[in-house]
Order: sequence, then structure tokens, then C-alpha cells
Amino acid sequence: MAVQVKEREHQDVETEQLMSGCEAIAEAIRLADVDVMAAYPIRPYDGVMQAAAKLIANGKMDVEYIVADGEHSQFEIVKHACAVGSRVFVGSSGVGWFYAFEAIAVTAGLRLPVVAICGNRALDDPGAFGTEHNDSLAVRDLGWLLPWAETAQEAMDLALMAWRVGEDKRVSLPVAIGLDGAFLTHSQQIVKIPTQAAVNKFLPKFDLGDRLLHPDNPITIAPQVDQDWLMEIRMQNDQAMRKAHDVISEAHAHFKELFGRGGDSPFLDEYMTDDAEYVVFGQGTLALPMKVAIRRLRKEGHKVGLVRLKWFRPFPTQEIVKSLSRFKAVGVIDRDYSFGSPYYGGVLYNEVRSALYSLDKRPTIVGFIAGLGGREIEQPMATDIFEKTKAAAGDIKSGDTCHWIGVRS
Amino acid sequence: MSDVKETSITVEVVYRGIFQKTLAQRICRSIVLAARKRGHTGTAFARYGDSPERNGVPAKQFAVVAINNLELEASMAKYEPAVVDVTIAVDDTLVKGVESWAWYGRQPIWKPIRKDGFLLVTSTNTPDEVLAQTDTALRPYTLVIVPGGASFAGLWVFKDDHTDYRCLGALAKVSPDWVRLEDVKALIKEQTKDDGAVQSAQYGYDGAKLRPVKAGEGTSGHEVLQFEKPGWTTMRPGIIVNARKPGERNPQYKKYGARTLRPVVNFDTCIKCTMCWLDRPDECFEVTPEGHYEVVYQACIGCGICAQVCPVKDCIVMVDELKFEDHEDKWQFWKKDHDGYNKWFETKSGVSANPQVRTPPARQEGSGNANPSANPTSASGGDD
Ligand code: SF4
Ligand code: SF4
Repeated sequence: MAVQVKEREHQDVETEQLMSGCEAIAEAIRLADVDVMAAYPIRPYDGVMQAAAKLIANGKMDVEYIVADGEHSQFEIVKHACAVGSRVFVGSSGVGWFYAFEAIAVTAGLRLPVVAICGNRALDDPGAFGTEHNDSLAVRDLGWLLPWAETAQEAMDLALMAWRVGEDKRVSLPVAIGLDGAFLTHSQQIVKIPTQAAVNKFLPKFDLGDRLLHPDNPITIAPQVDQDWLMEIRMQNDQAMRKAHDVISEAHAHFKELFGRGGDSPFLDEYMTDDAEYVVFGQGTLALPMKVAIRRLRKEGHKVGLVRLKWFRPFPTQEIVKSLSRFKAVGVIDRDYSFGSPYYGGVLYNEVRSALYSLDKRPTIVGFIAGLGGREIEQPMATDIFEKTKAAAGDIKSGDTCHWIGVRS
Repeated sequence: MSDVKETSITVEVVYRGIFQKTLAQRICRSIVLAARKRGHTGTAFARYGDSPERNGVPAKQFAVVAINNLELEASMAKYEPAVVDVTIAVDDTLVKGVESWAWYGRQPIWKPIRKDGFLLVTSTNTPDEVLAQTDTALRPYTLVIVPGGASFAGLWVFKDDHTDYRCLGALAKVSPDWVRLEDVKALIKEQTKDDGAVQSAQYGYDGAKLRPVKAGEGTSGHEVLQFEKPGWTTMRPGIIVNARKPGERNPQYKKYGARTLRPVVNFDTCIKCTMCWLDRPDECFEVTPEGHYEVVYQACIGCGICAQVCPVKDCIVMVDELKFEDHEDKWQFWKKDHDGYNKWFETKSGVSANPQVRTPPARQEGSGNANPSANPTSASGGDD
């Protein structure tokens, strides 16, 4: 591989390429010099598999690429590789992600900074390839950091952030990047690929310190413990998750300095909110059609805007409180659903409402379920969402409703 | 009797993992059901953190009886009552200390017993012999010897030798306000339709020997093992504990608490065939410079495998654990004082150290069957 590495160094200039979100992730795997990645095909995750395999086949990347016999093994492989000091990558989608669930749970428990993507896909049944966030969100209580990307560029950037933040000793938690299936994983966009030298500046070598599983460092990882050890272990993980907030801010500032991208806030991406009265709140690619609607509605004189969430875990509560308390009404769009939850809403809706509960003056927060299974959010739907949000303003109780958008009767 | 509660009584049964799990369960259930006959209510449960499927490991089950459901609530949703009125140890070697499967160190058998409470021990030994192996009491209690040896069975079988009925009879003697003899008898009659079983309860009642124990009585010879439970700031992150290096044994968790019998070795007759060492379940042997295999008594769980595989007759003999005060390794003793060691071997094992002399099989009861689970004597009456 030495020849190729040299060649790459020789060509170490920032380039621009037309690539899918999956290919952008594969480039990030190359740039991060990942040691071990594990693969098992399921759409849309398999896009990363193919892109990474291509980089390896073309001599552009040197990574131990293990095709597992199923998703559970896939996640166990990288968990163990991580414990012996490898930088790792893994991922899955939909029910494949669920098949790995036990391994996903223990990875966070063990504080092993595995970096994954969850190529968001509706859960079976029925088998539908389109995006829905319930797969990623199922791990929201387990101790994984969960960022969500909007574009292929952001997918690559968040992946580099993921290794940096997850592997930071103050955090040492796994990260799963949410990538909307199809819209992001399989659509090609112009992506800036940073230089290796810049990435090396951003991303230190992975070092587990005295937690490294090695014959010279005899440790036992994950022994059986009695029931009265558990709360202390959970508390440790909680502290790590809390620290992740500041570590993300730090990494974001450094990223901006090196690459000139990333926006003002590491956690929220605000669009036309300066004078906005009604905003929508959501994550992933649904921000794109909503921004189109905002420009259109503004021409008609509506003071509307958008707040896009970039990190669902750790939930940036203070940032969200500060941002959303400025508006008269907020429409939270969930590309997920939580059956039987409070007010029959989505996950984001209930988390945002909970975050704002103790404010003296809070906006009406109304819920929208949209784009499930990858249904496109069309402009009439976007208009409908803004109209309903506006109508809810001033009457806080009118937020106790979640509207299903664009569903056939 | 200021520590006595008027509204409830808590009984714990300390038993040996798997061999006595069904026995302990039957005793605890019967306590509740007998007390129910006079209108009390109750609960029976096992210590959840135990691993009662592991051979010989000390484990606990409990019965709490209360005058009504409200009084019972304080004893429910618990793993282990901190204070008990009565402990029933169904194997007398358990008085040497209880070390659970988890890492809490060896604890005196009387540790949870309230002041002036009762420690019932099934034993063929005298109260003073049992007391001689029990940790020095910090507060007074009454030792009660329930006649009969340790009753050991296996995973799927129960040895119906009436140990449970004898224990219930003895309990009725010390706690008549809670468990009456007539209720115990009525329950057993109902369950077994067997007058012999009912008689066993009466025998336990009549035959129980009470020996008041004052604070300060007992032995101070047992090792004090304490384990500090870590807090979230002192625990290593990532659910990591220091591992043992090769040859190093766990300083906190000694396995001898699982032992009812211990192997003693005749180094004179050992042919150094390595069988005991090959088949051992754990790091329980050290190889001596001369190629003998020395039992490490801190680590030996008393499984009896070494004695079973040793090809030389009476070279390894399994002996009642209650006959020993210490956990010192013995090879040095043999090296320094050959005749003294052999005398010790003969006294403890009851067999001759001289291979020429063939002593008749006069071992004490139980020691012939090194691994109790390997040969349960009765398969009757297994369900409860
Ligand atoms: S009885 Fe023998 S084989 Fe079993 S643990 Fe003890 S020394 Fe080892
Ligand atoms: S099995 Fe018996 S004869 Fe063989 S080495 Fe062990 S003690 Fe000696």
C-alpha cells in the first residue's frame, strides 16, 4: 500500500467530486484511516459497502474489510476490533439495524467509540426502502451519539466529527450518523474532499489508553456484575454523554477553522429565523423542501423559517430552548412515529415539548408526521404544515395535536 | 428482646448451590404455608444475585411471615433482608462463612441475625463442635442443632430425607408465635399423606439442641475478606476490571467457601501422573519443585474431581471441611516434617498413609461420594 499512500500524498489537494452520501462516507473512511470495517448488505447501507470496496479494489484505501454473516456479527466484529485499539466503521439500515440491536446496546455500555451510519429506512413490514427515522431513534436511550446529515457534504463532515468526538477520552461513546435513505445515501451531489493533511490535523490517532485490551494490559471487559453495580455504570455513561456536548462544540470550532464549513452552531442549523414568527423544526433531508417553501411563503409575506437539528443525542436542550422560545409557534416535523405516545406524536415532537416545558413563555408546539417510508414532502404539504403551525399560534393547547401530512384517506 | 418485631418474622435459609436449592425452596415455601394456616401472610424468595446453579456456592432463600399484607410490604421487592430473625444453615460447613457468587467477601454466618435471634444448623456434630468453627459472635444468639447431616441432591432430583420437615419442626420450637408445630404437621400431612413425614417434624422439634451463644464466643481464626463496592467516580470506565496475570489468583474472591469436603493428599504415594492437575476445574494446584501437585486450599472448591481421577488408592482423600481450621497449603509441612504430616493425613482422612497398610473403608459419611451431584441417592418427591 505504500505506493498508493505516496501517490495520495503527492496529490494531496482539496478536490471536488460528484458523489452520493454513501460515497462521501466511504471517502471519510479513507481519510480517517479506518482500521476495520464490517459489512453486511441491506439497502441503503450497502451503498457504503460498495463504495468502500471500490476504494479498496482501486488501491486507494487500506482497511480490514470484513463481510459478516449478519448484522449482529457485523456490530460485534467492530466492537471487538475497537476494544483492541482499531479505529472502526460499521453501519446498517432498518430491520438490519434491529437485528444488530443487542450488539448495539452493549457497544454503548462498554464505552467503545464505534462509528456507524444508519442509512435510515422504514422498518419492515411492509418492506419499503424509503427513509424513516425510527431505526436510528430506537437507540436513542442507549448512549449512542446521534447526528443527522442533510447533504452528502455534511455526511462526510459529520463522519470525521464522529471519530473525533466519539474517540475523545472524555466521551468514548459510539456514534451513529443518520443518513436519509435514497435522498441522501443514493443521490449524488457536489462534495468537497479535504486534504489528508488537514484531516490528520483534525483527527488524532485513536488511543484507548489503559482500556486497551492487550496481553500487556491484562483487563477483563464486561464481566458479569451484581445488580448493585449497574447504577454507577449508567451514571458514568451519563457523564460521558453530558461531556459530549462540549466536546462537539470544541470539535466543531476546530473543524470550521480547518475546513471553513459547519455553520454557526454545531447543533442547530437555522434558516431565515432572524425575524421569523413561525418555524418548522426537524432533521435530515426534509429541511430541503421546507426551505423551498420558506422562500416561496416569504415572497407572500409570511415570516416563516426553519430550525434543523444536527445532533439528536446529546439533545442540545439549552440551544433548542434559546432558539425556539423566540417564535410564536413551532411545527415539529417527525419522519418517525411513536405509536401510543403522548398526544400520539413523533419522537422529536415530544422531546421538544419536554425541553420547553418549564419556560414561562413558550411557543405553541404542534406536531406533524410527514414523509414516512420516504414519501416525498411536496410543496402543498409544506404549505399545509406552515398554515397549521400559524393557526396554532397563541393557543398553546392547540399544540396537543399531531397532524398526519399527505396521507390518503 | 428489643429487636424483635411484633408484626413480622424473617427467616433465611443458607444452602449450597444446586445440591440444596430445592430443599431451601421447600423450607421457605412451607414456612409461609404453615403460617398461613393461622391466618398470617407471607412471601418466599431467593437472593436474585446468587447463582444457585453453581455447585456448592453458598446461596440464600428467604421466607417472611407477617400479620397482614400491609406489614409484609416492607419485606417485598427486596433482594436480601438486611436483618433476619432466624437463619437456617442446611449444611454445617456453612458456619465457616458465607461467600456469595458476587464479590462481597466471606461473611460470618450470623451476620444478618438480629440480637437474640436463632441460628439453626443441620448437623451430626455437637453444638460446641459447630460453634468452634463459627466466627466470634458480636451479639448474642442461640445456636440450634437440627439433627441430621447435610442433604445433598442434584439439579433435577430432590433427596426426600425429611431434612425440610426436621427444620420446620425445629423452627416451630424457636418461633412458636409464628410457625406452630400443629400447623407444620397439618401442612406436611396434607402435602404428603405420610405419617412418617409428620413424625420427622416432631423429631426436629424434640431433637433440636439449643445452645445460647454469648457475644465473644466462636472462633477468630477465619480470614476477614472485605470488598469495597466502587462508586461511579472510582470505577474504571467501560465496565473494566483488572484481570489476573497468569498464575495470579483473585485476592478478593476466594473459592473455598464453596467447599463441603476438601482433598488431602498423600505425597508419599503420589506417582506424579498429572491426572489431578489435568482434570482440575480451575487453578487449584501448584506444581512443586519435585513434581507433586499441591492443593491450593484458598482456590479449591472441593469438587472432588482430583480424588476421582487419581489412579492411586487413597492418595487423594476427600474429608469433611469442618475438620479443618485453616486454608494453608500443606506441601511444605510434608517436606519439613514428613512423619508429622503423615500423622496429620491419617487423623484427618481416616486412612493409612502407608500404602502397605490397607485400612478398611472407614471414612465418615459423605466423603465417599466426592461430588454429591454425581450420585444423588433418591429421585423421589422432587416436585414442590
Ligand atoms: S477438589 Fe481437587 S480438583 Fe476440585 S477444586 Fe479442589 S483441588 Fe481442584
Ligand atoms: S492424580 Fe494422584 S498420583 Fe497423579 S499426580 Fe495427582 S495426586 Fe499424584
